Amino acid sequence: MRRITPLVALSISGVMLLSACGQDVAAPNESSSSTASAATGPAKDGGTVSIRGCTPQNPLIPSDTNETCGGNVLDAVTAKLVHYNSDTAAPELDIAQSIDTTDNQHFTVKLNPGYKFSDGTEVKAKNFVDGWNWAAYGPNAQQNSYFFEPITGYKDVQCGDDDCKVKPKATTMSGLKVVDDHTFTIDTSEKVSNLKIRLGYTAFAPLPDSFLKAPTDKKWQKFPVGAGPFTITQNTATQIVFKKNPDYGGKFKPHVDEVTYKIYNDAAPAYNDVVANNLDVTDLIPTDQLTNDQWKSDLQNRWGIRQSGVFQSITASSKDKQLQNQDLLKALSMDIDRPTITKQIFAGSRTPADGWVSPVVDGYKPGVCGDLCKYDKTKAKEMYDKAGGYKGTLTIAVNGDGDHKAWSQAVCNGWKNDLGLNCQLKITPDFKTLRDQITKRELTGFFRTGWQMDYPSIENFLTPLYATGASSNDGDYSNKAFDAKLQEAAAAPDEEQANKVYQEAEAMLAEKMPAIPLWYVSTPFAWSTKVTNVKLTPFGTIDLTAISVK
Amino acid sequence: MLKYVIRRLLQMIPVVIGATFILFCLVFALPGDPTAGRCGDRPCPPAYVAAFRAEYHLDKPLLVQYGLYLGRLLHGDLGVNFYGNTVVSELAARYPVTLRLAFIAVLVEIFVGIAAGVIAGVRHGGFLDYLILVSSLVVISIPIFVIGSLAQLVFGMKLGWFPVTAGDGSWSQLVLPGFVLGALSVAYVARLTRANLIDNQHADYVRTAKAKGLSGFRIVTIHTLRNSLIPVITFIGYDFGSLMGGAIVTEQIFNINGIGNFIFRSINQRDGVSVVGAVTCLVLVYLLANLLVDLLYGVLDPRISHD
Repeated sequence: MRRITPLVALSISGVMLLSACGQDVAAPNESSSSTASAATGPAKDGGTVSIRGCTPQNPLIPSDTNETCGGNVLDAVTAKLVHYNSDTAAPELDIAQSIDTTDNQHFTVKLNPGYKFSDGTEVKAKNFVDGWNWAAYGPNAQQNSYFFEPITGYKDVQCGDDDCKVKPKATTMSGLKVVDDHTFTIDTSEKVSNLKIRLGYTAFAPLPDSFLKAPTDKKWQKFPVGAGPFTITQNTATQIVFKKNPDYGGKFKPHVDEVTYKIYNDAAPAYNDVVANNLDVTDLIPTDQLTNDQWKSDLQNRWGIRQSGVFQSITASSKDKQLQNQDLLKALSMDIDRPTITKQIFAGSRTPADGWVSPVVDGYKPGVCGDLCKYDKTKAKEMYDKAGGYKGTLTIAVNGDGDHKAWSQAVCNGWKNDLGLNCQLKITPDFKTLRDQITKRELTGFFRTGWQMDYPSIENFLTPLYATGASSNDGDYSNKAFDAKLQEAAAAPDEEQANKVYQEAEAMLAEKMPAIPLWYVSTPFAWSTKVTNVKLTPFGTIDLTAISVK
Repeated sequence: MLKYVIRRLLQMIPVVIGATFILFCLVFALPGDPTAGRCGDRPCPPAYVAAFRAEYHLDKPLLVQYGLYLGRLLHGDLGVNFYGNTVVSELAARYPVTLRLAFIAVLVEIFVGIAAGVIAGVRHGGFLDYLILVSSLVVISIPIFVIGSLAQLVFGMKLGWFPVTAGDGSWSQLVLPGFVLGALSVAYVARLTRANLIDNQHADYVRTAKAKGLSGFRIVTIHTLRNSLIPVITFIGYDFGSLMGGAIVTEQIFNINGIGNFIFRSINQRDGVSVVGAVTCLVLVYLLANLLVDLLYGVLDPRISHD
């Protein structure tokens, strides 16, 4: 998943996704940017726009960046095999001419000819195969290496021990083979029905020969070379400037000639600059502006809200024996007044969750959580008493550097008043501390969990979070039937069939409640009078190919 | 004089070593893994954590880490931070901005503050005196983030006289933030100048000057003010020193990419290398600013000798 920069999260307190979570969600009918009339207009080519940016936190290598600041930069300069439609999130072929498979385990990828990196070299099959092998190779210590896990031979390129003293058995994954300049094959160790969707993630971007020759080149890491619509011409502490890539061979051509990412450390100055027309787009609105819709009156028609693929929940600690009782979890879930909290605390801009999967993705099915996610305090009390109640003090752990105190207090108070249990907040100083304690399994009671999708598929909201032993299975949920369903879905002949089985798997979560769904997150954004066609993608990022100057 | 300067410079060495050591311990003994949270809601791959720890010597004992750091420091190398940039280059990109901001703030302090103090001191007990006393009290009591946000709203957004933010850090952009930053100290400078001026007005040399027929204006500018400025210079000097450390709140409001913002961000992201490097730099700047103030005493009052 892609992480939002903790600094911004901290200082803005609340307009963040995972690390601080305060992003606001719209009612479903507001979920596209067409809420405001100025959003669309005839697209004119040329001109320059400025966009709120933040300081990248890692070297700008596609497989080493998983936070939004650097991720946005890389998305502008890279093209992948697959591109996500910015309205529907559906995968569309980009560099790939075709991705064929008969069994969901052996894939043949054909590349479109004519794609060039911004250094002028052609994108060939080996740029993918060599690039992915480099990124997955253990000693290269790439943060996103786990994305290559499904590929056959991934285990052989991992280090033998945690300190990487024992070098991997192989340097390349046996599942990747170059057939010719424009064809390569991918074999996966298990069936993966949604591989095509996954291939649109930044980590799967092809790497040019210039990088593979000298991966440690510091200059490359500031001025990455990709086959995308833009190329970086300036990268300083205050701004990152993109120019249209003259060699770009794809069909997602931008309208503007130049984009400047102005670095902002806080939401308020960026917002104020947009109001004063000094900045063209910001995707961070300060929380105090959202309350009472202050920002809508400030901006007239220059705002929008876009639902993005973020799901928020609370998860019961696996160490807390009492919370292993699923009837108790169900009672607690039924006693959360989601509509009131999203309206009062999040200024009506988050939507109550009705399942475990974000509505923006392919495969979302409404109402999976059913009555368990609907507020009913009499029934909740009944179920709570029947389940035997909770003895002692129940805690909810949240990080103090986001806007989490208000909602968690509301949830806690609701439980106290309706169910008569003892509930207390446990506030950690920051997101990192909370994650640290979750990873080390030091917490009891509930803790806050969130998920921002990597790629727009129902699978991404299930497998990494609830499969036995999965990397983000913070509550140590384990259900053999559920795991089997995931495997069945992964082997399904087509996506439609796969989604159906994934939905069945999701429905199984309602029986055991491994995480209590809270709400889905949306991104409010604003733009200046100078620009039009401002859209956010389902990832909550600004669509640079759509935006144009008036 | 030279001997004095050299002695002071030599005295700085143990101070720098002591300060960096305390700092180093505080930063690197912080609980929590610096890689925690770096990979979002999932733990970082073990190979990544191992490479990260090895690169920053986090796998070695604290004293060894400090020794390595000190060795590099002697070569003017403040290390490479967690994002792969040298701390020296990060500081070099931000120091000019902080310097400009501090310079504007100090100019505001000097001109507005001292002028207000002199007027209040000369018109001691009059209407202007009370006006300045009350208004400086008001400024002192309002937190800087209120003054900053208000100034941004009124002068930047509503009236449009100044740029709303100062992301590029140019002189013209920094005028408004400079005034905001200087506002608090202006109040102190005005009060300090006024109080000293009033004290000195009863000194013998003022009576002598009056007796020999000097005009009131000359007495204030040539005699009283010069003697009254020593504590004021001390204050401004220290203030300049701390302004050089960046003004976190003001920089945040106006989006100034200065030292304050840099340190703030580095602390939040647990980028220890950046924090230690930047603060070491601040210690040096602060020590030098103090030395400069001490030397200025001699210029203002020849009776103070450094020999």
